[in-house]
Amino acid sequence: MAGFDKRVSSYKEAMEGIESGMTVIAGGFGLCGIPENLIAEIKRRGVHDLTVVSNNCGVDGFGLGILLEDRQISKILASYVGENALFEKQMLNDEIEVVLTPQGTLAEKMRAGGAGIPAFYTATGYGTPIGEGKEVRVFNDRHYILEEAIIGDFAIVKGWKADRYGNVMYRHTAQNFNPMAATAGKITVVEVEEIVEPGELEPSQIHTPGIYVDRIIQGTFEKRIEKRTVRS
Amino acid sequence: MALTREQMAQRVARELQDGFYVNLGIGIPTLVANYIPDGIDVMLQSENGLLGMGRYPTEEELDADMINAGKETVTARPGAAIFSSAESFAMIRGGHVDLTVLGAFEVDQQGNIASWMIPGKLIKGMGGAMDLVAGADNIICTMTHASKHGESKLLEKCELPLTGAGCINRVLTDLAYLEIKDGAFILKERAPGVSVEEIVEKTAGKLIVPDHVPEMSFDA
Repeated sequence: MAGFDKRVSSYKEAMEGIESGMTVIAGGFGLCGIPENLIAEIKRRGVHDLTVVSNNCGVDGFGLGILLEDRQISKILASYVGENALFEKQMLNDEIEVVLTPQGTLAEKMRAGGAGIPAFYTATGYGTPIGEGKEVRVFNDRHYILEEAIIGDFAIVKGWKADRYGNVMYRHTAQNFNPMAATAGKITVVEVEEIVEPGELEPSQIHTPGIYVDRIIQGTFEKRIEKRTVRS
Repeated sequence: MALTREQMAQRVARELQDGFYVNLGIGIPTLVANYIPDGIDVMLQSENGLLGMGRYPTEEELDADMINAGKETVTARPGAAIFSSAESFAMIRGGHVDLTVLGAFEVDQQGNIASWMIPGKLIKGMGGAMDLVAGADNIICTMTHASKHGESKLLEKCELPLTGAGCINRVLTDLAYLEIKDGAFILKERAPGVSVEEIVEKTAGKLIVPDHVPEMSFDA
């Protein structure tokens, strides 16, 4: 790599250094905006005992769901884990530890992790099972619980366009958790649909500045649709 | 007669005001979008990062990168904004959403809500529900008044694990529209043909019944 050029030429190179037992933060909401090829590379490498942080865990046979097939995930932090039979089976058999986390808290845990904020107070989850055992403080007569930030050994991110320097733009609602995930990885890998030359992206339109990004790769994507709804 | 799902959505839609930013949960709340009164403009917030959710796409408009929080393919209406999950929950937690409509298994007279977990059954997760109930001042809960076996879901104290504490102030059931205030349900309206006695019988929590309880009306 020369200077700020973050490009790598293969998915093997993109995930170099990932090991069993690591924590991986993944962008995506359902199957929208998921780093599908980076997930496939993790499967190919066969690393296991992963802690995965992601809003969902894909579906059977696609997205993070494929990492369940060889039991590569031992723990997951997610807000919603329905729509996945293999996941349910592993959860019921205690083969996977599930830490259900409110969606906004999950986004904020990533954001705080990337921003050097070790923990934050939130009203979300106070008085519920999520708040049990957590520190409570009262500000302006409201109760808040303390939630800790998350940092990943790797963050895997799906973008739309990026330049060689790792400045990234997302497309439509495929943005979702990706910008927060991008900030919270010790090594952040972004796969995109198109890599352009520096200067081609309007600086004020960039969602993820290149400073957060370590590796960038151009891929092709299936972009499977989870719930196809159309009007006639 | 108990209200149909469509009638429940119609009744909730009457609470919409011009210029409201509204988050609609999955199920009956989603149907509310079909009954936005004429002359009123509301902006629908979808917590995956869309403010200004539009209609379902045509086949030609279908786009895998354009979904709502229910993971359905949607469009963005003119004037929509798209943003990250952190931004989305900043608007939710920061109290910027004017009205939230969501379903529940149980609510109680203290305004507690249980909507995400039935112990012993499969637990899929709370998604954004805990953030929504903690962040909103103005929430309408839509639910059936009682279970199929006649057991009330409007309780003195929720039995299921909570989604949020002390956060619900309005409930629309298939039988009645109620407010929750000072540790009691207040019966405001009843479904057409449903007696006050039936509502009293099916409400386990403390219920205040005013002298006059108007009957809801619906256009045919």
